[in-house]
Amino acid sequence: MNEFLTQYAFLIVPIIKIALLVFVVLTVDAYLTWLERKVIAHIQARWGPHRVGPHGLLQPLADGVKFIFKEDPIPANADKVAYFLAPFITLMLALTSLAVIPFGPQKFTLWGYESTVGIADVNISLLVLFAITALGVYGIALAGWGSNSKYSLLGGLRSSAQMISYELSLTLSVVGVLLIAGDFSLRNIVEQQGTTGSGLLTWNIFPQIVGFTCFFISAIAETNRIPFDLPEAESELVAGFHTEYASMKFAMFFIAEYTSMISISCLATILFFGGWLSPFPAAWTFTHYLPSLILIPFGLWVIYDGIRYENIFGRILLPGVGTAFAGIGAALLVFPTINGLVQGPFWFFAKVFIFLFVYIWMRGTLPRFRYDQLMSFGWKFLLPVSIANVVLTATVILWRMR
Amino acid sequence: MTASLVIFFVLAALAVLGAVSLILQRHPIHSALSLIVVMVALAGLYLLLGSEFVAAVQIIVYGGAIMVLFVFVIMLLNDGEEERTNFSKLATFAGIPLAVAIAGFIGAAILSSSSTLPAATANGSLTSSKTLSMLIFTDFVYPFELTSFLILVAILGAIVLAQREN
Repeated sequence: MNEFLTQYAFLIVPIIKIALLVFVVLTVDAYLTWLERKVIAHIQARWGPHRVGPHGLLQPLADGVKFIFKEDPIPANADKVAYFLAPFITLMLALTSLAVIPFGPQKFTLWGYESTVGIADVNISLLVLFAITALGVYGIALAGWGSNSKYSLLGGLRSSAQMISYELSLTLSVVGVLLIAGDFSLRNIVEQQGTTGSGLLTWNIFPQIVGFTCFFISAIAETNRIPFDLPEAESELVAGFHTEYASMKFAMFFIAEYTSMISISCLATILFFGGWLSPFPAAWTFTHYLPSLILIPFGLWVIYDGIRYENIFGRILLPGVGTAFAGIGAALLVFPTINGLVQGPFWFFAKVFIFLFVYIWMRGTLPRFRYDQLMSFGWKFLLPVSIANVVLTATVILWRMR
Repeated sequence: MTASLVIFFVLAALAVLGAVSLILQRHPIHSALSLIVVMVALAGLYLLLGSEFVAAVQIIVYGGAIMVLFVFVIMLLNDGEEERTNFSKLATFAGIPLAVAIAGFIGAAILSSSSTLPAATANGSLTSSKTLSMLIFTDFVYPFELTSFLILVAILGAIVLAQREN
């Protein structure tokens, strides 16, 4: 058995990593919907989901069950191939884009096979990511065209036009980072940001603030989120490209949207915010206790909130969850080696969480673009600014090389 | 049979099947989808040959940008299925012999030179994008700039054609 494992480790280890990542990402997606509903509710002075489980924590589970058991009608005269292919393409590409993202600095060896935190460590990972994003249009375009409905078709058309337009500025806005790093590999881009020193000031965000602004705006447009959610503008197009989708196929579009939100947030973190690097100077070793310092009070607060919760189920579940959080925090205090390993992923996921929160925050705050404004903003503002950013960065780098 | 040979045959079969289906499909959208399959399979073949940058660019430019435009235009026109007619006389009397002749020539060329065909890069090393860009902007700078000039002319032509209607 052990021989078999070492011989096929190059196959088995990635499969385990993929299964783990898909499980984690789908769970995070589910709770991202909960967080989004909760945050937007509080922005709008509502309660949000709070019936299913304590604080609505089991709402994603209920949604999942509902998605599976709903009727799944197929519209008359729909193009069967395109109609069935579209959600699969969208979900597959969204999940594939996470394959090239490195989540932490460590390398580990399992059954004699050296592997990294993250599925694949490709040296053109940024290009791979853009290639996958470029193919992402088809899912939405086909869904819109295949459903044989005018709202869907208009949504699909809008989305293809929008994604072609904003892909240009998305790609151009990261060229500045590429020029600084001199590499396509996301791992090397992160490590390059830590070479000139340590801490917040070495991150790419400071020389590339213009690039980051263009990147983030185009990224929101690429993921079809508010204020760029014209493909599914409900006041104009019912639900846009997924009007005719129900049940699990609708859920697939939904999961794909949240997954691409996660992968774009990961990309922003890696390219501009130093990935897994800590924002504090390396000399400040006391910041290594920050994960515990956050987890233990949070766990204690959940316990405190749980014991006075209104129903018995919450009084059991919430203290359990709180104990788990506090326990993990305490374990990190007790075992310094594990704490050292956790530092990279902790900062990475903390930054990604902030980006996801900004996504939700914007949905609760900003109104939708008008379609012509969207197009002229993309072509007449974002594109020139990102090209100017490329030229300026190249000039500065050449001037420094002199 | 090595793993890379298996991958080659899978990708090659995918590319050929996609190309055949591109012609046989009756609906323009299905043809466009088949073409995307061909593009992606070709990108896989490039990757197998060790040119990772070309593979990624193949998907970004052809699979992403160009084919999206194709699909966009087909969707915008919302064209129905194409109509099939019987072979025209020209196709039966000139086309079929010509196709047979071309297939024969290619087959003969492959058969006669199979012993002298050079093997593709077998060292498994990847051409880094840095080397590629150095070559493009030093040794091959004239062909490269000429190509971009050609594309610029095409863009200008498109703008002139679009302007004429107003």
